[in-house]
Amino acid sequence: MSNTDPKLPYAITLDPGTSLANHTGSWRTFMPVYRDALPPCNNACPAGENIQGWLYHAEEGNYQAAWNVLVQDNPMPAIMGRVCYHPCESACNRKDLDEAVAVHAVERFLGDEALKQGWMPEATHADTGKRVLVVGAGPSGLSAAYHLRRLGHAVTIREAGPMAGGMMRFGIPKYRLPRDILDGEIARIVNFGVTLELNQKVEDIPAAFESEGFDAVFIAVGAHLAKRIDIPAHAAGRILDAASVLHDMETSPEPLQLGRRVIVYGGGNTAMDVARTAKRLGAEEAMIVYRRSRTEMPAHDFEATEAEQEGVLIHWLRTIKHIDETTFTVEKMEIDANGRPQATGEFETLEADTLIMALGQDVDTSFLQSVPGVKIARDGVVDVDEHMMTGYTGLFAGGDMVPSERTVTVAVGHGKKAAHHIDAWLKGQTYVKPAKHPLAAFDKLNTWYYDDAPQLVQPQLDIIRRQTSFDEVIGDLDESTALFEARRCLSCGNCFECDNCYGVCPDNAVKKLGPGKRFEFLYDFCKGCGLCAAECPCGAIDMIPEAS
Amino acid sequence: MTEHPSQSVKFYQTGTHTVGNRLLDETKRTVQASVDRSNAITSGHRACQGCGEALGARYALDSAMRATDGQLVAVNATGCLEVFTTPYPETSWQLPWLHSLFGNAPAVATGVAAAFRVKGRKDVRVIAQGGDGSTTDIGFGCLSGMFERNDDVLYICYDNEAYMNTGVQRSSATPPFARTATTQAIGEAPGNVFGTGKNLPLIAMAHNIPYVATASVADLHDLEYKVTKAMGMRGARYIHILVPCPLGWGSASDATIQVARLAIESGLFPLFEAEHGEVTQVSKIRRRVMAEDYLKVQKRFAHLFRKEGKDVDKIAVVQRMADHNIKRFGLMDEETAQ
Ligand SMILES: Cc1cc2nc3c(=O)[nH]c(=O)nc-3n(C[C@H](O)[C@H](O)[C@H](O)COP(=O)(O)OP(=O)(O)OC[C@H]3O[C@@H](n4cnc5c(N)ncnc54)[C@H](O)[C@@H]3O)c2cc1C
Ligand code: SF4
Repeated sequence: MSNTDPKLPYAITLDPGTSLANHTGSWRTFMPVYRDALPPCNNACPAGENIQGWLYHAEEGNYQAAWNVLVQDNPMPAIMGRVCYHPCESACNRKDLDEAVAVHAVERFLGDEALKQGWMPEATHADTGKRVLVVGAGPSGLSAAYHLRRLGHAVTIREAGPMAGGMMRFGIPKYRLPRDILDGEIARIVNFGVTLELNQKVEDIPAAFESEGFDAVFIAVGAHLAKRIDIPAHAAGRILDAASVLHDMETSPEPLQLGRRVIVYGGGNTAMDVARTAKRLGAEEAMIVYRRSRTEMPAHDFEATEAEQEGVLIHWLRTIKHIDETTFTVEKMEIDANGRPQATGEFETLEADTLIMALGQDVDTSFLQSVPGVKIARDGVVDVDEHMMTGYTGLFAGGDMVPSERTVTVAVGHGKKAAHHIDAWLKGQTYVKPAKHPLAAFDKLNTWYYDDAPQLVQPQLDIIRRQTSFDEVIGDLDESTALFEARRCLSCGNCFECDNCYGVCPDNAVKKLGPGKRFEFLYDFCKGCGLCAAECPCGAIDMIPEAS
Repeated sequence: MTEHPSQSVKFYQTGTHTVGNRLLDETKRTVQASVDRSNAITSGHRACQGCGEALGARYALDSAMRATDGQLVAVNATGCLEVFTTPYPETSWQLPWLHSLFGNAPAVATGVAAAFRVKGRKDVRVIAQGGDGSTTDIGFGCLSGMFERNDDVLYICYDNEAYMNTGVQRSSATPPFARTATTQAIGEAPGNVFGTGKNLPLIAMAHNIPYVATASVADLHDLEYKVTKAMGMRGARYIHILVPCPLGWGSASDATIQVARLAIESGLFPLFEAEHGEVTQVSKIRRRVMAEDYLKVQKRFAHLFRKEGKDVDKIAVVQRMADHNIKRFGLMDEETAQ
C-alpha cells in the first residue's frame, strides 16, 4: 500500500489504515456477560408477583401495562395494596440506601385506577371443556378461580356465606379495606367468566365429583372456628369471640353494642382490629390484654401503633386469671430466656363490661372427615402435597386451611399455585415451576447512580375521624406521587437501559441495540477491563473467566 | 446559557448520574448515550485495559464534535494518547488529527486556528490536547503563550499525574507521596516530594483567559457540559480532565471511574469552572469520603499502608490538602461540611 498519489504530501509512504484491524479482544482474561437476576422483592412475594416488572411500566406512566403485568399473578391489586403486609418491602434493596420502595402504595394506585377505568384482564387460553369446583370465596378461592379461568377451565365457586370475600369481608374491617374496593375486584373476577353461587355450603365432596361431574375440586374454606379457653369465673359478664363480632359488623342491620369498657384478649391482627372496632363503636375504654410483650406479638408493629394512636390501651405481659362480673384479675408475666411467658405471682385488676376473645381460629374440617384419603394434621389443618393436592385424588386445598402463614397474600399465592397444578393434573402432566434466577443482592448494585429520594408518605385520616368512623385510615398516593414512588425502584439485577455500559467502555466495545432491545458486547474489541460491570447500577453484568 | 446538569432533573430514578436514562428527555441525555456519537477514538486502539485517558478523550471529543457539527480539528502532543491511537500506519481517530512534537501542541494549534481564520472558515474549530507531561512540563511555555495571546483554541489536558507511556516517571502534576519510577517508595521520604508541582487550572486562571474548567471521567454530564460550553466560546480556553491510569496508579482496571469519583468526593480534585480568572461554578461533594479512601485503592500509595501500620502523618497531610480544597472552593454546603 505504498503511496503513489503525487497530491499527497512528502513523507507519507503508507495510507493510514484503521485500528479496527487490531482485534484487542485477544487481550481478555475475563469477559463481561449480561445477566438477569431475581429482584429481592419478587423473591419475597408470596403471591409470586413480578413486582419489578410492573414497576417498570409504572415508571413510564404506562399504568395499564403495569396493571396487566400485575394481574398475571394477582387478580386483586387494590385489595392487596391495602391489606398485604408487603414482605417485598422488607426485602427491598432500596431500604439499605434510604427507604424501601412503597410497593404497596403503587400497587394500590394501580388497583384503584383499574377499578376507575374498568380495565379487564386479557383471557389467555382457549376453553378446555374441563369443569372445576372451588369451595369458598375467600382470597384463595377467588384467586384459584381466576387463574383456572385464565387457563381455559370452566369454574364454579360455591360459598357458604351470603357474600363473597371470606375474611377480607368478615375479618378485615372497613377502615382498612373499603367495601366498594372489595366488591369491585370480586365483581371483576366474576365478570371474567367465573360462576359464583352464594349461600351454598358444600358438605359432600365426593358427590361433587361423582354426581355433579366436576373434574377437579379446590377447597379453601379458611379457618373460622374461634379458639376458646376457660377462665374461672365467679359470675361472668359478657364474653364474645372476635371472629363473630367482626362477622356481625358486616351482617347486622343495627350497630353493635359492645359496652363502655371492652377487654380484647390476644395479640394478633384480629385482636388489634377488634379493639379498634370497639373504639369506633364508642367504647370509652378499649383495652388489649396480651400475655407476651410487643416483640413477641403476632400482630405487626404498625398495627399496634395504629391501635394505640386511636386510643387503644395495650396491657402487655398479662393473663386473665379470674373474672368476677366486671372485675378482671390479671397476672403479670415475664418473658424467660426461651421467649416464653412465665407467671410472676403478681396480680392486678381491670374493670370491663365485655370480654372479646381473639385467640385465633381453627379450621372446620368436619365436612372432610368422611372424605377418603384426606389427612388432618395435628393442629387441625389439612395436609397437602407439593402439588397442593390432598390425599383424595383430584381434591386440592389452599389458604388458611392448610399449613401457612395465614395472610391474604399467601392465600392468593396458594390459589395461583393450585390453579397451575390443577391445570397440569387435568392434562395428565406435572407442573414444573420455571427455575429462579440467582438473587440480585445489594452488594451487586452500584448505588452511586441512584438519586437520593426518600419514600413518600401516604396521607392518614385525622385522629378524630379514625376514632369515630369506619372511613379508610390510610389514603391514596395521587398520580404524580405514585409515579415518583415507582421511579424509586432500582431495577435490581435487570437492565433498565441507563446506557452506562455503552458510555463507560473505553474501547467502544458495547453496541446499543435501541429502546427495549438492550445492548450487546463486541467481543472482538472488548479487552475485559470490567468497567461496564463495575459501573452498572443494577448489577446486570457479570465478569466470567475467559474459556482457555 | 447551558444549564449545569446537577441543577436539573432530580426526581427520575437515576437523575442525571447515569449516561442515559430511558425516562429522560433526549436533549437531557449525554452525547455518549447516543448511537450517533462520533466515537472520536474508535476500537482497536492499544490503550491498557480500563484506560481513563482513552475514555476521557472520547468523552471530550465526542461532545466537541456534537457542539461543532463535526467541524473540528485536533492537535495532539506526544504522549500515551498519541502513541496508543496511532501506531503507524493504523489510526483510531475519526476526525482530522495532527501530531508534531511533545512540547509544541499549543503552538501548532494556534497555527491551525490562524490558517482557518485566513481561509475564512470560522466554522472549523480547533482543539489541542495532551497529557500532564506535555502540558505542565514540556509544552508549558507554548501553552502559556497561547493563553496570553488569547488564541482561539480549546486546550484539554488529560491528567494522569505522570509520564505513563515511557514507564511512569514523575511529572510536575504527580501528587505528593506517589510512587513513580523516579520517585521510589524508599528511604525517609518515600514517593514524590511534598510541596512541589503545579496546579495548572489555577495557573491558567491567572492568565485571565475566557474559560477554565476541571472535569473527570467520573462525572460525564459535567464533563460534556463544560466541553460544550467551551466550544460555544472564542479565545483561549482550558479544560483539565482527571483520567486515572490503572497501570501507573496501581488501581484495578475496572476501578478507573471509581478512583476518579473518590478523588472528587474527597475534595482532592475539585470540579469547578472559572471565567476570566473568577470561579463561577463548583460541583458540590455528594457523598463525602476521606482522603484515605482514595489513597488506599492505589498501589502507588501502598507505602502509606504498610503491614506494620499506616503512615498516619502523611495521610493527614493529604487530608489537609482535601480539607483546604473543600474550604477554598466551597465544595460542601455549610451544614453538611460539619
Ligand atoms: C380480623 C382479621 C384481620 C386480618 N387482616 C389481614 C391483613 O391485614 N392482611 C392479610 O394479609 N391477612 C389478614 N388476615 C388474614 C386473612 O384474612 C386470611 O389469611 C385470608 O382471608 C385467608 O383466605 P382463605 O381464602 O384461605 O379463607 P377465608 O378468607 O377464610 O375464606 C374462606 C371462605 O370459605 C367459605 N366457606 C367455609 N366453609 C365452606 C363450605 N363448607 N362451603 C362453602 N364455603 C365455605 C367461608 O364462608 C369463606 O367465605 C386477617 C384475618 C382476620 C381474621
Ligand atoms: S428496588 Fe425495586 S427491584 Fe429492587 S427490591 Fe425494591 S422494588 Fe424490587
